[in-house]
Amino acid sequence: MAHERNIGDTILSVDQISLSFGGVKALSNISFAVKEHEVFAIIGPNGAGKSSMLNCINGFYHPQEGTITFKGNTRRQVRPSEAARQGIARTFQNIALFNGMSTLDNIMTGRNTKMNKGIFWQALRFGPAEKEEMEHRAVVERVIDFLEIEAIRKTAVGTLPYGLQKRVELGRALAAEPDLLLLDEPMAGMNLEEKQDMCRFILDVNDEFGTTIVLIEHDMGVVMDISDRVVVLDYGKKLAEGTPDEVRTNQDVIDAYLGVSHDDEEA
Amino acid sequence: MGEAKPADGTVDTFPKLLIDNARRIGARPAIREKDLGIWQAWTWQQVKDEVAAMAAGLKMYGFERGDSLAIVGDNRPQLYWAMTAAQALGGKPVPMYQDAVAEEMQYVLEHAEASFAIVEDQEQTDKLLEVMDRCPKLKEIVYKDPRGMRHYDQPFVRSLDSLMEAGRKFLAENPGWFEAEAAKGKGEDIAIMLYTSGTTGRPKGVMLSFDNVVITARNGVAWDKLDENDEVMAYLPMAWVGDNIFSYGQSYVAGFCVSCPESSDTVMLDLKEIGPTYFFAPPRVFENILTQVSIRMEDASKLNQWLYKKFMDVALRVGPQLLDGKPVSFMDRLMYGLGELLVYGPLKNELGFTRFRLAYTAGEAIGPDIFDFFRSLGVNIKQLYGSTEASVFICMQKNGDIKPDTVGPPATDVELKIADNGEVLFRSPGVFVAYYKNDEATKSTKTDDGWVMTGDAGFFDADGHLKIIDRAKDVGKLNGGTMFAPKYLENKLKFFPYITEAVAFGHERDYAAAFINIDLEAVGNWAERRGLAYSGYTDLSMRDEVYDLVAECVDKVNKDLSEDAALSGSQIKRFLILHKLLDADDGELTRTRKVRRSTVAERYGELINALYSGVDVCPVEATVTFEDGRTGTIKADVKIREAKIFPSQQAQAAE
Repeated sequence: MAHERNIGDTILSVDQISLSFGGVKALSNISFAVKEHEVFAIIGPNGAGKSSMLNCINGFYHPQEGTITFKGNTRRQVRPSEAARQGIARTFQNIALFNGMSTLDNIMTGRNTKMNKGIFWQALRFGPAEKEEMEHRAVVERVIDFLEIEAIRKTAVGTLPYGLQKRVELGRALAAEPDLLLLDEPMAGMNLEEKQDMCRFILDVNDEFGTTIVLIEHDMGVVMDISDRVVVLDYGKKLAEGTPDEVRTNQDVIDAYLGVSHDDEEA
Repeated sequence: MGEAKPADGTVDTFPKLLIDNARRIGARPAIREKDLGIWQAWTWQQVKDEVAAMAAGLKMYGFERGDSLAIVGDNRPQLYWAMTAAQALGGKPVPMYQDAVAEEMQYVLEHAEASFAIVEDQEQTDKLLEVMDRCPKLKEIVYKDPRGMRHYDQPFVRSLDSLMEAGRKFLAENPGWFEAEAAKGKGEDIAIMLYTSGTTGRPKGVMLSFDNVVITARNGVAWDKLDENDEVMAYLPMAWVGDNIFSYGQSYVAGFCVSCPESSDTVMLDLKEIGPTYFFAPPRVFENILTQVSIRMEDASKLNQWLYKKFMDVALRVGPQLLDGKPVSFMDRLMYGLGELLVYGPLKNELGFTRFRLAYTAGEAIGPDIFDFFRSLGVNIKQLYGSTEASVFICMQKNGDIKPDTVGPPATDVELKIADNGEVLFRSPGVFVAYYKNDEATKSTKTDDGWVMTGDAGFFDADGHLKIIDRAKDVGKLNGGTMFAPKYLENKLKFFPYITEAVAFGHERDYAAAFINIDLEAVGNWAERRGLAYSGYTDLSMRDEVYDLVAECVDKVNKDLSEDAALSGSQIKRFLILHKLLDADDGELTRTRKVRRSTVAERYGELINALYSGVDVCPVEATVTFEDGRTGTIKADVKIREAKIFPSQQAQAAE
């Protein structure tokens, strides 16, 4: 990247994680560490265990072995809601928004973990609840401004084109003001222009808010362009880890995944 | 408006007007902007303070009297203030088209010798940095929006906040400095430099004096009785003279509030929230609105469709008469009143038109259907004819005396005459001072006694209203000797909702022919309704069904032309639908979306040849520039169709 960034200490460390569903080993003995402010990519062929890895990090799956340490707290089992409260937000491979709700309301749900006033006050929207809602709304408006989606603020997300829905989903994750943002294939199904926009937003999020980003992506051009470091998984095992250049030239990775002609095609 | 024009006449520049407004109506809102979902307003007093801080900041970083200040961005309060700040310092603001690519900007920056640039954001900063080494005079770039700017460490790139902070400190130590600077300005000083988009050749820098803009703005304000209670939405490019008059000049003169939309995508939503009273839009905006309404009505319930049709019939019959104060029967009045309650009122509210006192359209001819549609709803839409060289107003329609096919009588203080070749000439207080560093062009446009050649061909009708037919140099002749006015034909074609752009050929040819761009939204919707699948513009444009649809439109145009003796011979014999949309990024349109004939003729030479040979299909390749600047090619087989030619009415009568 053009400018130097303040890559900090390790924020997330994954130690010897193994996960299996019955007899199927989804992940075996995976370890890696993500540093603060980093853009970290997980790549690998279909079924390599990338999404499973994300699901472990945000507490959706519970690995049978190994530990995950986030901001110094080591944990074996954590519920997704707790992970969210600790500062982990994510987007999904298949968009998971509330279709009938507006963009604004969808992004507002991202503030859910930060709403402290009881349901009684919220229902009345009175006193402390009103003040709280205004604060949350201000955060949401900053996200809307940041992602340049003012024009669709009040549009039901179900009627939006795919690329914009992806952007709204990113908005919802950002509204939680996370320390760690997990993005599961943020560019899947996008055209070139949408991909460029999304890349710019990811880099801007990383730059402006200092958010650490872990992403899964299939578009090698994108991964090599925006990530600081990459880990490569194959059949639930770790093949390699390093900077994009190191990974690109790693023979194991080329054999398993990139392939010479394939690389040319994608790049 | 006696109030806005002190008797002693010393308030002759914008900085002085600002100080005067702050004194007279300091607590009234001057400008608004929607930021983070909320409308923020600044009063005249606050605007004066901000402008003073900006002027002082500019001064501190070395902006001198006579310097040029480039201004690039969407309509933002801070960018309007930058104009006044530069004017207070005796500098020339040069607003630039914000969607221009870096190379286009370079020409203007270099030609205007801009030493400072105030830009909206990172995008514009990047463009300027790209060409900075080719603009030796440019020494400072000031950006408004800090987003993404953290890592720019060039010493000459700074934030507007820091510049204004420095200015505020200076003002605290030097109270009265701004007023003293403003007092140095005189009416004959150059107020602004506007680069014309230029359908031909390089853009020219039109220099307008304070007298030009202020007097013209005052005349316009008096003509339409505008005052500080009016509301305007500023959404057209700041580089365009119209915006400078409507959103800046007239606002300062009349004291009304200008609202800046949240982003260029939200204009229609913001319009609804603000509900302006005074509105300006080129015909295509009104056309888009009408298209949107029609499309949405087609999706409405049966009952709503029936109501809409029923009451629109009433409105079209009596609405314009009611608006012009002409007599209408009691029954019709009653029906119109009911329609207002059930249809027109809600519709206008939905569009944000409820409070419109008047709306202007100019730049191109507006379709009579569109014009009548809005007037019948009770929207007082009027046409005006103007140019950058006139500080906008040349002709404008008067309330109660509106015709869809003329641009009205001359505006206040404007003299008009028609040259022998049909060209329209005018003389007015708004006549520009000169083109910047281009005496040759000034001489060929403006005579020594102040007459300006518009380059437009036109004539006066029986009521003294001016009717414009085309650019004087574009009016040609067919080989048969019939007059050929391409713009006239193109406009007739473009009045159909399915046709978004047209280019007519015929000068020194045997017959008239045309290129057509279909409207992707309107035709796309039409296709969907018929279950016609298509992959994109190119695919849709080549469908036989679409050709049939367009052929109907062309036939109607020919029928119209056949009724006019002078133009009957220029009926469109052959046409084709272009395989790509003409685009400003490809240089085929100007930034104000006018067709560049020479570029089109050059690029599509084979297609023109095909129009004038017997072939039915012509294979082509076209280069397109994507938004990221890369280029690609589109290949297609473009079909050519024959249209129906109607016998001239005179000939029919003779039979």
